[in-house]
Amino acid sequence: MNWQPGTVLELIEQTARTKSIVFDVPGWSRHRAGQHVDVRLTAEDGYQAQRSYSIASAPEDRHIELTVERIDDGEVSPFLADELLPGDEIELRGPIGGYFAWEEAPETPVFLVGGGSGIVPLRAMLRHHRATASAVPVRLLYSARSLDDVIYRHELTAADAGDVRLTLTRRQPAGWTGYGRRVDRELAADVCWPAAERPLVYVCGPTGFVEAVAGALVSLGHDPARIRTERFGPTGGETP
Amino acid sequence: MTDSQALDGNAIAGTLSEVFGGEMTTAVGTCGHCGARGPVAEVVVYTRAPGVVVRCRACDGLLMVITQVHGVFCVDALGLVELQAPA
Amino acid sequence: MTRITRGFHGRRRPDVDPARVPPGQYVTQDFPVLSAGPTPHGSLENWSFTIRGQVDQPHTWTWDEFQALPHETVTRDIHCVTKWSKLDTVWTGVSLDALLEGVETGAEYVTAFSDGGYTTNLPLEDLTGGRAWIAFAYDDEPLAPEHGGPARLLVPHLYFWKSAKWVRGLELQLEDEPGFWEGYGYHNYGDPWREQRYAGD
Repeated sequence: MNWQPGTVLELIEQTARTKSIVFDVPGWSRHRAGQHVDVRLTAEDGYQAQRSYSIASAPEDRHIELTVERIDDGEVSPFLADELLPGDEIELRGPIGGYFAWEEAPETPVFLVGGGSGIVPLRAMLRHHRATASAVPVRLLYSARSLDDVIYRHELTAADAGDVRLTLTRRQPAGWTGYGRRVDRELAADVCWPAAERPLVYVCGPTGFVEAVAGALVSLGHDPARIRTERFGPTGGETP
Repeated sequence: MTDSQALDGNAIAGTLSEVFGGEMTTAVGTCGHCGARGPVAEVVVYTRAPGVVVRCRACDGLLMVITQVHGVFCVDALGLVELQAPA
Repeated sequence: MTRITRGFHGRRRPDVDPARVPPGQYVTQDFPVLSAGPTPHGSLENWSFTIRGQVDQPHTWTWDEFQALPHETVTRDIHCVTKWSKLDTVWTGVSLDALLEGVETGAEYVTAFSDGGYTTNLPLEDLTGGRAWIAFAYDDEPLAPEHGGPARLLVPHLYFWKSAKWVRGLELQLEDEPGFWEGYGYHNYGDPWREQRYAGD
């Protein structure tokens, strides 16, 4: 797994703080939904910075898409989100990760729980699920601060989005009938498949979010061995 | 309880791949301090340091330290009594 | 060959006197938080600082006793082995000269030890001559836990891994014993101006 060049094809505003970047990566080996890439940037004086980003695109999608959350005092994310232009080239390596990756035949329903930018690898899983017309029952619970902070909002609220539940923790639009609080034990019990069905669970987002959700599910009787986690650190954004 | 600054084994999947020559997040390790057993993806990882520090999620015990000295990886895994590579 | 990324600069300060920057370092505006483990959260009631080992008798200070010692505010540049440097950082603390005064010892080496188990070693001489402090404030504010609060060792003339966070004391020794990072291949002394990052440098 070596460093290879990726050329920026397109930049897409997702929310006020997030931007998708679509790359052409010649010779890319097919990834599994949920995997990530390492990105490496080199300044003229040789200074280097490296970060990991979950792949937002499905293996069936034509190009690799990453979604970057701009962290205010970040070193890499503001550059990727604000400075990159189509035609620019960065170095990446991957795909990486065998644990937090979609299983083709899970034998049980699948429950995806994302907080903030934790939605990125889960969105890749849903796209893959749809592209392969998978018969696996899958449900997504996505926690965001407000509707404006929901990444991939149109895709996730479209008629063919599948079983998607949102919880908006800070601001809800007028007439909102969905959840309006952080994921707690009760909310998890409401939305997740019962523990007796032994769902395969993927939880991704800021470290605190992942800990809280995984803890809630375990307290509901879910087997920790059936809960896969990926922690993004304190802010859920740049992962150094 | 968990330090919000800490990541997990997924964050060093690329580094582990370089060091061990393959996918390691699904490898199963056993903590030498408390006996806890689980996938490498679930360990507590500190990457913002002069090296990568890997600790047991159950007891915070030191499992592994990975440094890069003049480009060469040095791995000390004395905190792990067992590390079973993925099938 | 590594490709240059158009337009990427990192968050370095370009307008710095190069004479203040040790070889291989980049000057940063922010204050990165580096850790090898969870941030300890103890109470000041239980805090103490002890100088022990090759001494006439152990010397211990409670937080209140420590605060009653003469302290000073100094401005220093700090250099991390991970290549960032931060200039003109302002610290308030008790000088090691003041703490070591009255301590009788034949020791030549010191291991600083911290909450959480971290250790680092250095020659006793490097703690003297106005070159080291136990710092409890940064930029006129109480030292934040993620930066080593309530108190950390401050030895700015060496790489910053020697400035042990959450320091609880010094073990004075006749023999030099590598501390945490020194045991994992980092240089035993760590002079940034001679770029002593790794053992053998």
